[in-house]
Amino acid sequence: MYRRVALAAVAVASACGGSAQPGAGPAATSAAPPARPDVVLATTTSFQDSGLLDVLVADFRARTGYRVKATAVGTGAALAIGAKGDADVLVVHAPKAEHEFMDADNGARRVLFMHNDFVVVGPPGDPAGVKGMTTFQALRGIATSGSTFISRGDRSGTHLLEMDLWQGAGVKPAGAWYVEAATGMGQTLTVASEKRAYTLTDRGTFLAQRAHLDLGILVEKDPPLINIYHVITVSSEKFSGVNVEGANAFADYLLSPAAQGLIAAFGVEKYGEPLFFPDAGKTESDLLR
Amino acid sequence: MELLLQGLAGALAKIATLDPDVLEAASASLVVSGTATLLSVVAGIPLGAALGLGRFRGRGLVLSLTNTGMGLPPVVVGLFVVIFLWRSGAFGQLDWYCTRQAMIIAQFILAFPTVVGLTAVAMQGLDPMLRVQVTALGATPLQTTWILVREAKLLILTAVMAGFGAVISEIGASLMVGCNIKGDTRILTTAIVLEVGKGEFATAFALAFILLALIFAVNGVTTWAQQRRRPL
Amino acid sequence: MTPVLEASGIEVERGGRVVASAERVALDEGETLALLGPNGAGKTSLVLALATLIPARGEIRHRGAVVADLVAFRRRTAVVFQRPLLLDRSVIDNAALGLEIRGAPTRDRRARAAAALERFGVAHLADRPAVALSGGEAQRVSLARAFAVDPEVLFLDEPFGALDAPTRAAVIADLARALREARVATVLVTHDRDEALTLADRVAVMIGGRVRQVGGTEAVFGTPVDAEIAEFVGVENVLPSRVESVTEERTVLRVGQRLVEAAAMPPEGEDAPLVLIAPDAVVIAQAAAFGSSARNSFAGRVGAVEPIGRQVRLVVDCGFRLVAHVTRQSAREMRFAPGDEVVASFKATSVHLIRRHRA
Repeated sequence: MYRRVALAAVAVASACGGSAQPGAGPAATSAAPPARPDVVLATTTSFQDSGLLDVLVADFRARTGYRVKATAVGTGAALAIGAKGDADVLVVHAPKAEHEFMDADNGARRVLFMHNDFVVVGPPGDPAGVKGMTTFQALRGIATSGSTFISRGDRSGTHLLEMDLWQGAGVKPAGAWYVEAATGMGQTLTVASEKRAYTLTDRGTFLAQRAHLDLGILVEKDPPLINIYHVITVSSEKFSGVNVEGANAFADYLLSPAAQGLIAAFGVEKYGEPLFFPDAGKTESDLLR
Repeated sequence: MELLLQGLAGALAKIATLDPDVLEAASASLVVSGTATLLSVVAGIPLGAALGLGRFRGRGLVLSLTNTGMGLPPVVVGLFVVIFLWRSGAFGQLDWYCTRQAMIIAQFILAFPTVVGLTAVAMQGLDPMLRVQVTALGATPLQTTWILVREAKLLILTAVMAGFGAVISEIGASLMVGCNIKGDTRILTTAIVLEVGKGEFATAFALAFILLALIFAVNGVTTWAQQRRRPL
Repeated sequence: MTPVLEASGIEVERGGRVVASAERVALDEGETLALLGPNGAGKTSLVLALATLIPARGEIRHRGAVVADLVAFRRRTAVVFQRPLLLDRSVIDNAALGLEIRGAPTRDRRARAAAALERFGVAHLADRPAVALSGGEAQRVSLARAFAVDPEVLFLDEPFGALDAPTRAAVIADLARALREARVATVLVTHDRDEALTLADRVAVMIGGRVRQVGGTEAVFGTPVDAEIAEFVGVENVLPSRVESVTEERTVLRVGQRLVEAAAMPPEGEDAPLVLIAPDAVVIAQAAAFGSSARNSFAGRVGAVEPIGRQVRLVVDCGFRLVAHVTRQSAREMRFAPGDEVVASFKATSVHLIRRHRA
């Protein structure tokens, strides 16, 4: 089913032509299978939980013959794995941590390829009354009212963003209402739903799980909630064992019209709105207005 | 290698300084797995003894079920328990999702068949004439069972330790039903997964060493008890 | 007097077959009944049925009352098997097991168990682990365990079967003394004739799953009711005697009105042993023919002549009752008939002397 959407999207994308990236040629399967077909990707749980990772990996394999072995952990772990040279390519969404990574010369290329956004979700009754507020207002409201807030507490991209938001709101979250449940984004949403609590989540995972959750989006489309994804190839100068061709192939693929089309179409049929937004060619400042 | 040594050093440091997070996780592990094992023992030994000593129709079937139960994948158990404990589930109103109670239930389900099965084997290993002799001495069926259970106590102790070992190391069910909440349902195994997820490999190793030390200590006591009285 | 134990119409079935049956078995206060028979005769099944340890048809009465509450009955009795079947505990804790089961207070238990161990000469092993004992020591503990509960009936299923010869003799002696002192009604299962002779007052012979003959020891051994029993019992001459003199070469005993010479020594300290002579060892000659190497020759009169298989059984009264087996051919040639005057002789080496334990 995704393939049909993908083909349609490719047609649309090539027709628009706008975000075509140089080097991203038409889809063509390699004549011969690549010499090192395995590409180790370290990425985040939210990328996997949404289901988009599987779609892109399958399409990439069909087009190039490269097998992506993805390990989905927290952003912190993904960067740490990359910093040891144990992965070929990373897909993460924590700009500050990424800058440190690049400053340490761990990465070769770092390219923005998509974004999604975060939302604050909460129980239907909205006990803290934060619907429609700005992010910082809402967080202050939750803290003051002592409504339960589920944090991932695991230095994932989501958690790091959450910490930044608390800081921006001027609140140090602590107390019985602030629960650090270290589970993946999917299970964290289930916990919030079961415990009638608030939490921060990327829109993608929320929409994918919405059906069995008893939560609603209360705060959205606020600049601080933008979540930018970069693909980073691990430096082969620093780590000799890195599959450079494979890493670059994957990075190029993510920027290609094919992948960008898949990203744009992902989830539309199922949820009525896209979960992710393709951004090949843009920079961070473009997105943060 | 460096990571390993860092981990070992980190473990010693955290124990020496009584690192509160580590202590919390360790005590949570012991409380949850200890309680689950205790419940398995209380329910499982009498059942295992009855199964081992009894002769009734369908005994073979029960033994097969028990053996199957010994091999239940923890994540599967976690899944079934969580379905019952969610609000949409039969026991949703208990609000036990993400609690120690839920973990104890899941770990009990994991340990119970092992305790029952190995106790039954232990009882079957006893001299069959022993039972006749004890009965001949005027023991009621309850007394006979109790005396024979004491007779097989070393093997039954092994059964208990096998049950404990299975649950202190498990993660799938605990994560699913406990939600890894800091200070409450975060046990050593789920804490290790968290630290790995954070990229804090040294801390993960430290926790891992502590978990191993715990398992070793518990098994060490058992082995000592087992080997203590060897016949001349 | 009501028997302590009375069983009637007992039938034990296994695999669709009746493996043991007895019309009536009665045990009186203070007596020892030997259940004697070859291996596979069903003795163990019968005694287990009497002890209510296996299901059986028939009725069991204890002092006249039908046994209904099995646990209560078992607590008034005790069973010892061929193997000691001790638990992994200390010797004294094993000896006290029956008392523990009956709920006797702890201090009581220890004292009574210790006394029972003393009876069997193993009190010094009280605190040793039972697994460390030799076979003989363990069996003594098993016996002590049975005696410690002061049973009204004692069931012993081949208790010496697993012991080597010297140990057997010692344990038998201890048990005999204990039985004498305690005067407890006992059923002793054995395939050994000597055991039956030395320990039992009465014998029930069991062959092929059925109790065939019950009676006083000497009666059963002396007058077996059929050929099979006779064959199994084998020793038909069981004669009370009195030791007259013992020298380096021989023992002289008074049997009935005669003096018999035996090459064997009487059992130590025994002055009234039982004289055993196998019927095969007795030679019968016509009165006229004298002079043989047999030290024991007695003139007597033929009482009965009975063919049994390929042999002929002669009962001769020669001052005491003597049973002899001769070949059919000899019997035919000699033309033995009741009333004939004959000379019965047997070698001094054919005379076996055994202790007579009972009063």
